[in-house]
Order: sequence, then C-alpha cells, then structure tokens
Amino acid sequence: MAAPKTTTKPSTNGTAPKAEVAAKNERLSVLKTYKIYINGQFPRTESGRYYPLKLSNKEQINVCLSSRKDFRNSVSAAREAQEKWAGKTAYNRSQILYRIAEMLETRRAQFTEELVNQGATAATAKEEISVSVDRLIYYAGWCDKFNQVFSSVNPVSSSHFNFSSLEPTGVVAAIADQNSRLLGLISIIAPVIASGNTIIALASHQFPLSAITFAEVLNASDVPAGVVNILTGEIAELLVPFTTHMDVNAVYINTNNQQDKVTAETNAALNVKRVRIEASIDWNQPQNEDPYRILDYTEVKTTWHPIGI
Amino acid sequence: MSKKQDKTPKTSLADLALDFSSGFKYEPAPESTSHVRIEKQYELFIDGKWVAPLQKKYFDTISPATEQVLSRIAEASAEDVDKAVKAARNAYENVWSKISAKERGKYLFRIARIIQEKAREFAVIESMEGGKPIRESRDIDVPLAANHFFYYAGWADKLEYAFPGKKANSIGVAGQIIPWNFPLLMAAWKIAPALAAGNTVVLKPAETTSLTALKLAEVFQEAGLPAGVVNIITGAGATGAAIVNHPDVNKIAFTGSTDVGKIIQKAIAGTNKKLTLELGGKAANIIFEDAAIDQAVEGIGNGIFFNQGHVCCAGSRLFVQEGVADKVIKKLKDRMKSLIVGDPMDKNTDIGAINSKEQLKKINDYLKIGVNEGAEIFQPACTLPKKGYFCAPTLFLHTSQSHRIVQEEIFGPVLAIQTFRTVEEVLEKANNTPYGLSAGVWTDKGSKIFNMTTKLKAGVVWANTYNKFDPASPFGGYKESGIGREGGLHGLLPYLSLS
Repeated sequence: MAAPKTTTKPSTNGTAPKAEVAAKNERLSVLKTYKIYINGQFPRTESGRYYPLKLSNKEQINVCLSSRKDFRNSVSAAREAQEKWAGKTAYNRSQILYRIAEMLETRRAQFTEELVNQGATAATAKEEISVSVDRLIYYAGWCDKFNQVFSSVNPVSSSHFNFSSLEPTGVVAAIADQNSRLLGLISIIAPVIASGNTIIALASHQFPLSAITFAEVLNASDVPAGVVNILTGEIAELLVPFTTHMDVNAVYINTNNQQDKVTAETNAALNVKRVRIEASIDWNQPQNEDPYRILDYTEVKTTWHPIGI
Repeated sequence: MSKKQDKTPKTSLADLALDFSSGFKYEPAPESTSHVRIEKQYELFIDGKWVAPLQKKYFDTISPATEQVLSRIAEASAEDVDKAVKAARNAYENVWSKISAKERGKYLFRIARIIQEKAREFAVIESMEGGKPIRESRDIDVPLAANHFFYYAGWADKLEYAFPGKKANSIGVAGQIIPWNFPLLMAAWKIAPALAAGNTVVLKPAETTSLTALKLAEVFQEAGLPAGVVNIITGAGATGAAIVNHPDVNKIAFTGSTDVGKIIQKAIAGTNKKLTLELGGKAANIIFEDAAIDQAVEGIGNGIFFNQGHVCCAGSRLFVQEGVADKVIKKLKDRMKSLIVGDPMDKNTDIGAINSKEQLKKINDYLKIGVNEGAEIFQPACTLPKKGYFCAPTLFLHTSQSHRIVQEEIFGPVLAIQTFRTVEEVLEKANNTPYGLSAGVWTDKGSKIFNMTTKLKAGVVWANTYNKFDPASPFGGYKESGIGREGGLHGLLPYLSLS
C-alpha cells in the first residue's frame, strides 16, 4: 500500500518532470546522467553517442550508446581484475556478493521508483527487487560450496593422488535478458562472478536505468574495479565485438533471435569460446537459479601427484 | 700408468653418462603378429551388420613402420553416414532408451571383459597400424581402453547420483570423430560414456588408424550389443563433415587439431547440437631447482617422447630453472642417447614409427623452421630404419616465446627448451599461449606445487609425474584446447541433458 506513494512524492534523485518544477518556481532538482560502468568508474561512452529514452513519468533521459571500444576497454579491465578476483578466498567472494545484496536492499525506494519509471507496476517492482536481493544471497552462499559439491577425488588405478576441482573460465561477456529490468541482469552476473570470473554485461536496451543504478550498488559493495562492467547500447552493434574478442573466454547471450544465435556461435569458434545461449525467461521462477549456472563458466582442473617415495 | 690415472679429474657417479650398450646388446625382441586376424577388406559397421559403402570406394591402410598394406578400408559417403545415423536413431528410440539402465551397464561390462580377453590382438594391431611401440599399446592403450568401458559401465544405473538436484537425461545420437594417436583408447573414451548415459553412437576413426575401431565393432557383435547402438563408419575428412552436418545428430564429440575443432564449432553454430572438443596443446613442463633431477629428466622424456610425441598433452615446452639448466640438459641429452628408435613391434623400442608420411613431413618442416629461427638442435646419433616413417628424438635449445616451434603444436618427438629464474616469470611464459590442455611441475616442495598447479591455466596438471591417464580422471582443456571433459564423473556431463 505504501509503495505507490513514492511515485507522487517529490523526487529525491531528480526525476520529477522539469516543466512542472519551473512553473511552480520550486527548487530545481538535480538530474542524474546515466553513464556506463567500466573498471569501477562511470565514464560516458567514448563514442559520445546516446539514445533517448522516454520514461513513464514523461521525462526523457539520454542513455550511453556504447561502442566497440567501450567493450574493448571493459575487456581490458575485466582481464586485469580476473586473476586477483579468482585469487580471493571463496569465503571472501561470498561476503562481497552478500554485501551487494545488502546495498541493494537498502536502496529499495530508489530501485522501485526507477523500475516504475521504466513501466513496472509498484507491485511487480517490489517483487523484482525482493527476488533480486534474494538471488544475490543465493549465489553468495554458493561461492564457497559449489567446489565442494562438484569437485572430486578420483580413485585412479596407479599410485597417484588425483583430484579435480573447478576454476573460473576467465572473462565472460554477457548480453542480459532484454525483457528484464533488473533481475535478468543480476541473475547472470551473480553466478558468473561467484566462481571468480569477471564479466562485461550489456544491459537491456529498453530498461537501462536500473542496470546503471545497480552499477552504483556494485561500486559501493567492495566489488573490485573491473570485476563487473556494465554497458548500455544495442545488441545489433555489440553482438559481434562481444563474440569475436580474442580475450573473452565465454559468452552468454540471451536472445530469441535465431540469427543472433548463429552469429554468436559462429564467432565463438574464433578462439573456442564457451557459449551459452538462452531465450528470454521469467527470472522470478525459482528453477532459474541453480549452481549449474555457476558451472557453466568454470573449467575442471585435474591434478596428479605420485604417492610414495 | 698409475700416475696417469691420478691426473684424470675425479668424476662423481652422478655425472657418469648412461651406458646401456657397451656392456650388453639388446637383441631384437619382436612381438609375433601371427595370431592376429586382419581381414583383407573391411566394410562399414552399420546397424549391427557389415555393409559395403554405397559408392564402393575403399582406401588402403598401411603400416607406417614397413609401408606395407595391411587392409582395405571402406570409405563412407554422406549417404552411408545417413544410413548409420538412421540406424543409431532407430536403436536409440526403440531399443537403447527402452532397456533398463542396469542392463545397459551390463553390456558395457561385457565389452570391457572381451577387450581384456583380446588384449594381445588389440595391442599388436594397434602397433602394426599406428606405429606406436608395442610396449605402450600393450601396457597403456589397450588396458586403459578396457578399463574405460569397465568404469563407465558402473555409472549407467547411478546417474541420479552424479548431478545433484537434477534429473539426468540421455540426449540421443552422438556423432564422434577420433584421431589417430590413440585409436582404440579414443574410441573407448568416446563410446563408453555415451552408452552409459543412454545415447547411441556413430563413430568415425581416423583414416590412418581404422583397424582397432573395426575390431571393436567385432567385440560389440560378440557382446550382443543391440544392432545400431554403435555404428562405426570409416573414411577421411569428408566423412567426418557428413557426421558433423547431419541434422539428426544431437551431439558432436571431436578429438583432433584446434583448426578442425574450430571448423566444427562453426559448422554447428545455430543448431542445438551439444559439443565436446579435445583439441591441441603446447604444454609447459616446468623443472625447478629443488626438483628430484633424475626423476624430472625421466619425466621430461616421457612427457615429449611418449607415443612419438603424438600426444595433444605432450610436454613440448620445457622450462628449466637456470641453476640446474646445464645439469638437466646434459642428463636429458644423455638419456636421449639411450632411447631405442625403431620397429614398433620390438618390445625394446622406446620410440616407434611416425603415424603417417604427412605427419613425418610436418615434423621435419618444423625441424627446419626451428633451425632457421636460430635455435640449436640436438638429436642423438641413432640409426633410423630405412623403410617406414621415423624421426629421431629432438630437442631445441636457445628458444624463445616468439619461436614458432615454441608456439605451435608439432605433434612429434620435438622438445623446445627455455630457461627461467622466478616463479612469476615461468607462470607468465607457461600461460602465454592460446592452448591450455596440460602442464607439468617438478619440485620437491609441496607448497610450491600447489602454488603452480592452481595458477597454471590447464585442464590437467601433473606434478612430479607426466602423461598419466585413467578412466576415473577427467581430461580436457582450457581456452583453445577444447570444451568439456572426458573421463571420470565430469566426463558424463557432455552426454547428458539435465532437467
């Protein structure tokens, strides 16, 4: 019941309609520039380009139309950050993912407003934020457990000690579900970084606001720079760089478009990228979270050592 | 006399060169080939029967050690492939997916047992056609192949324990394409997990090594495996392409070069075919100053000269820490002088025949490239047989990261040596490759081993050992060395869909 009120209250982050403010001679609110998130910083796109987006409160914002070079910069940052992120203890990564959930929870009001401004009802916004927070906590808990569940000690028929454990695949480029405002993005970022990968994610083209605000949450959550990079822009322009970059180890593409799938899988062969293609789904469903989404971006490493001598 | 002797510098026992030849001589100890049965001509194994290829084309298979023709092998066309896929589909829908998992497992156990019973025949044929030393096919390839079936047999009725929280479902028809370096073993690596998971198979062996896969088809008949569950079709690249592109194949598993792997990954883009790739490698074998040097030298040799270096995980880049470089290289050269190169059928042979004329040419081209790039070549004096395809064990000194012989997979008995000073340096160099299949580390310090094994980007890391394989042990690469794992629990996943 309280949720709809937030839409009528004067906005604290400057999304109140501009004309109205001027007419009533009230304080001019400060508008937010929505930028992209690369290497822990919030640059505008290097290309200087934007696409206009009309919000449901009539306000128009200018969203960064990220370029291939923004993506390249993101990959450099992600590569630079990867080894250190993977080198943190699983327990530490777990706490950082949990910290993201904490930060998101404390910003419910802001996210509700932005989700509503992007067309959600107050009720669906509330649910989406709740599930988002819970999903982060779900994967936070897996960080120091998936290896215990999915590793093995292998009883080889020679006098060797032999075990297999999971390591992160490396740098992952992901195109998030374009029909989801927030949950689709979080549901792909969380399992990818849980094991120690770093990620460059393309947000939904039509719903970029909450993705950028989520970057602010990440920035305040002890997530090291470069571990998560978030771009806004167009699939049509970025699908090729995402799937052809030679320093990207795996790609996740959420698409219902067969041609996009063909393009992604064809390009992935350039450096034998691991590819996961998925159609747009209802991310609220509990079956859409499981540890196998962590496994999709891991490599099994088997180590041998002789016994004896 | 005695004065003279005093003047000679004292040589410590450790510095003495290995001498296996002056005291006694190795007499030839050839394995008899009289008991093996090789048909004059082999047809395609489709739907449990031997059928002639529709286009009536055949090709010769030869012994790379003698260049003698061993048999004529059918060349399958796209139409033959279609027949095989139809047989596999039919067997999947109507037989294999209908019988209980327990029964499925029992077929695999049977197959394992029959391979064990025919181990000698398999080993002899493997060496005759592939060129590998009989000692290796007898002690490694064939036992491992039998063990692989035995291992996966037990999984057939236990799949619900393998992937917690999920139901494991079979996926249908698996198209499998295998290389010539471990013909029977690769067939076992591919077929055993596919069948245990409830799928049916169309398998193509490499064109230079079809015989043991065809003998395996005879084992399937003998085991009473239902018709169509495994179809073995022979041929070259075009036959493989027909399998990859067949619309009714649900899964492709390929072992071979990275170049071909990329072509396959591209070819199935946009289809829903699952994919496993086991591709090339350029493994770093790293020797620290605190390693047990004699064991390390033995490991270096096993790493690169095992199976003539026709091993995707061969330790083809050697990194020796500077303080022990001279000693290691001296001992390695010395050890190389004692290697016996020659008749694969001789039980004394260490290095057999190069698998084919083409491969020998490729290796020899790389030897020239290495010399032209300025590396220093060393080959022990050894007499190579006049007939057949042979290559002396070779090492290159003074190589650097930019050399082609350091970057590219040679797939022969050729080792490129670099030295290093620090852990950071060697990690940087070892990981600076598009490949990531395997690596080796030699040190007596446990904490150093774990530091290295966790930081090396490779799917298999051998510490104080090299080139060990086991059905229970997952195998497969990072980066451009492949996708997915074969062997062990993790090797089941590529043959299942989880729901």
